[in-house]
Amino acid sequence: MTYSEPVYLDHAATTPMLPEVLAAMTGQLGRVGNASSLHASGRAARRAAEQARERLAEALGARPSEVLFTGGGTESDNLAVKGLFWARREADSRRRRIVVSPAEHHAVLDSVEWLAKHEGAEVTWLPVEPSGRVTPRALAEALGDGSDVAVASVMWANNEIGAVSDVAALAATAHDVGVPFHTDAVQAVGQVLVDFGASGVDALTMTGHKLGGPMGAGALLLRRDAECTPLLHGGGQERDVRSGTLDVAAIVGLAVAADAAVHGRVERAAELARLRDRLVAGVAEQVPDAQLNGPALDDVVRSGPGRLPGNAHLSFPGAEGDALLMLLDARGIECSTGSACSAGVARPSHVLLAVGADPDRARSSLRFSLGHTSTDADVDALLDVVAPVVERARRAGTGRR
Amino acid sequence: MRVLAAMSGGVDSAVAAALAVDAGHDVTGVHLALSPDRQTLRSGARGCCSVEDAHDARRVADELGIPFYVWDLAERFTEDVVDDFVAEYAAGRTPNPCLRCNEKIKFSAVLDRARALGFDAVVTGHHARLADGELRRSVDAAKDQSYVLGVLTAEQLAAAVFPLGGMTKDRVREIAAERGFAVATKADSHDICFIPDGDTRGFLARRLGEQPGPVVDAATGATVGEHAGAYGFTVGQRRGLGVTAGDSRPRYVLGIEPVTRTVTIGTADLAGVGRIVTAAPTWTGAPPELPFRAEVQLRAHGTPVPCEVTGDEAGGLRILLDEQQRGVAAGQSAVLYAPDPERGDLVLGQAAIRTTGDRAATAGREPSA
Ligand SMILES: Cc1ncc(COP(=O)(O)O)c(C=O)c1O
Repeated sequence: MTYSEPVYLDHAATTPMLPEVLAAMTGQLGRVGNASSLHASGRAARRAAEQARERLAEALGARPSEVLFTGGGTESDNLAVKGLFWARREADSRRRRIVVSPAEHHAVLDSVEWLAKHEGAEVTWLPVEPSGRVTPRALAEALGDGSDVAVASVMWANNEIGAVSDVAALAATAHDVGVPFHTDAVQAVGQVLVDFGASGVDALTMTGHKLGGPMGAGALLLRRDAECTPLLHGGGQERDVRSGTLDVAAIVGLAVAADAAVHGRVERAAELARLRDRLVAGVAEQVPDAQLNGPALDDVVRSGPGRLPGNAHLSFPGAEGDALLMLLDARGIECSTGSACSAGVARPSHVLLAVGADPDRARSSLRFSLGHTSTDADVDALLDVVAPVVERARRAGTGRR
Repeated sequence: MRVLAAMSGGVDSAVAAALAVDAGHDVTGVHLALSPDRQTLRSGARGCCSVEDAHDARRVADELGIPFYVWDLAERFTEDVVDDFVAEYAAGRTPNPCLRCNEKIKFSAVLDRARALGFDAVVTGHHARLADGELRRSVDAAKDQSYVLGVLTAEQLAAAVFPLGGMTKDRVREIAAERGFAVATKADSHDICFIPDGDTRGFLARRLGEQPGPVVDAATGATVGEHAGAYGFTVGQRRGLGVTAGDSRPRYVLGIEPVTRTVTIGTADLAGVGRIVTAAPTWTGAPPELPFRAEVQLRAHGTPVPCEVTGDEAGGLRILLDEQQRGVAAGQSAVLYAPDPERGDLVLGQAAIRTTGDRAATAGREPSA
């Protein structure tokens, strides 16, 4: 193909690495040393890893000892859901219930379903508001007296439609009945205010590559008093909850990225929201029957944005998301249909179905997500082509009878 | 041209896509997901729509540097090919699902969608020659797939590209190997892709259930056995009839009557077919003037037979074979060719076989009412 640079509107999938992350990582990659070794090289590696731990903790309102480095968001979600479930059921065999939102990322959903299939877990699916949010009242109802609940999990911000939940209120609700609370904050960090300590959650998932950090590096923030059974056994490097030689370069990159994302958040979020609002308004002008999914653009939760500032999720009735994506891709504009299974076959998004959208609406949707490199020119490029693209995709129909 | 390359994950469609890129076309790869419940891995070397096949196709597309998507056509494929396949067997006929897939999916649903999305043509890895709107047999006679393309109309052919028709399968594998495609040595898929274990009878039994009926000897009219479902039989079939005749002469399935579920069998002298009545034909170009002489192929990998083609009142064809043939089953396509040893036999068109009869007989055996 002959395009110079694609217009990248898929920052929620992954966002470009920050130059300072690249520099920090390449510097570290050139140094020998296992952070578990006792000699000078080992000590230097450990020092770098521990500085990174402190830096990450500071950025997210956690104590350094609450930071467990993992191989990314998927591992953190698996560790939190399975680890908390196992530990709680071990302590009391009646605790077999998992209370969870059906709009979670597959890393949470599939972990829960695996536990149901193989470990005797019972699942209570939380009702989700049309906005994509889970309310504390719904959580309270689902928990009951909590005596049979192992763990509750609700994401901080939804990766598809950008809905931000009031996580502090949800955590408090779970704690009222003595249930530990996990949240997947992969999309929230750097976009909205995430303070682990202040939120009161017991476990929080974050990952590097959505922040300008490396892929395959993330963390689970886990309160000291939260019992969590390990997934990976071995050297016990991370509080005996997670084993494996620390990937020091990745950890250093992760901390630099989190620091930059969190400290630059307010200005960046304002800029992203401005661009996103332009994008949504511009699309609405070009395609008047396009529908916005998720919370309103100016929605507010706990005095912060109720919708991720970089998220625009739109349905184009009569067109198929797949066709739209392909036509935009052919014009150098990169976005997402939200959910593709391993074979790349589009399924109607489970998130949209969870918020009550019909399958046709779910199939006709696209997610545009903005990030730290986004510009007005990116939005203009989309607005230049969106009308003819939607028109053409509509002519191709939905492929269904 | 902007072309859409249908990429199954096999070596043929991989090389076809590569040649389309070489020819200077703007190529986009598409893998068709045809099965509603996709297996993760291939079972044996057979199926063509597992997740692993999609992966193989994507690998090639990435090497070629072309965009690649998976199109979910499972619903259409189930209705137009799989359900049709089952219904045809239930009606005592023997369908060809690959031909149906070309007719209804690849050069209809996919082509329509491709056109609507701004593509000019669909490229596939079929072994057949196509130039100037003329569809001809592949140079590789053993791999020729013109039979299953015989159903395409001029309009469909105008938007089709078959880059492999002029080369042998060995050459295709060589090109794949030269380009370092991992699929260069991948086994061919032979069977029906939606029956990966190759057990057609078992598949039909699951779909249609037990439908016992009599096996009748054509010569005596006597019931000589029982069967569990007439769909387990194909006209011309010799093995697995489950009856022992009084003499030692082999018996063949002569006909299948779906209403009474009667399977009629008989000796070789009764199994010959010389006269065929078909449903309405389709033509690859301008309809030829009737009557005409041609060669007809009566099943995939069948040997072509010289014949005389006339029309009938109902809009179908009457095909009189120069020599009687065995194993001519209703439901199969009679694909008509104008022999051309130089440029490859030219596909004229096809028509689905309705009834068959002896060369001398005027009335056909009626496999279905
Ligand atoms: C909400 C959410 N959770 C978890 C993940 C998985 O994170 P990772 O890619 O680091 O495994 C993602 C990213 O795709 C996500 O958006």
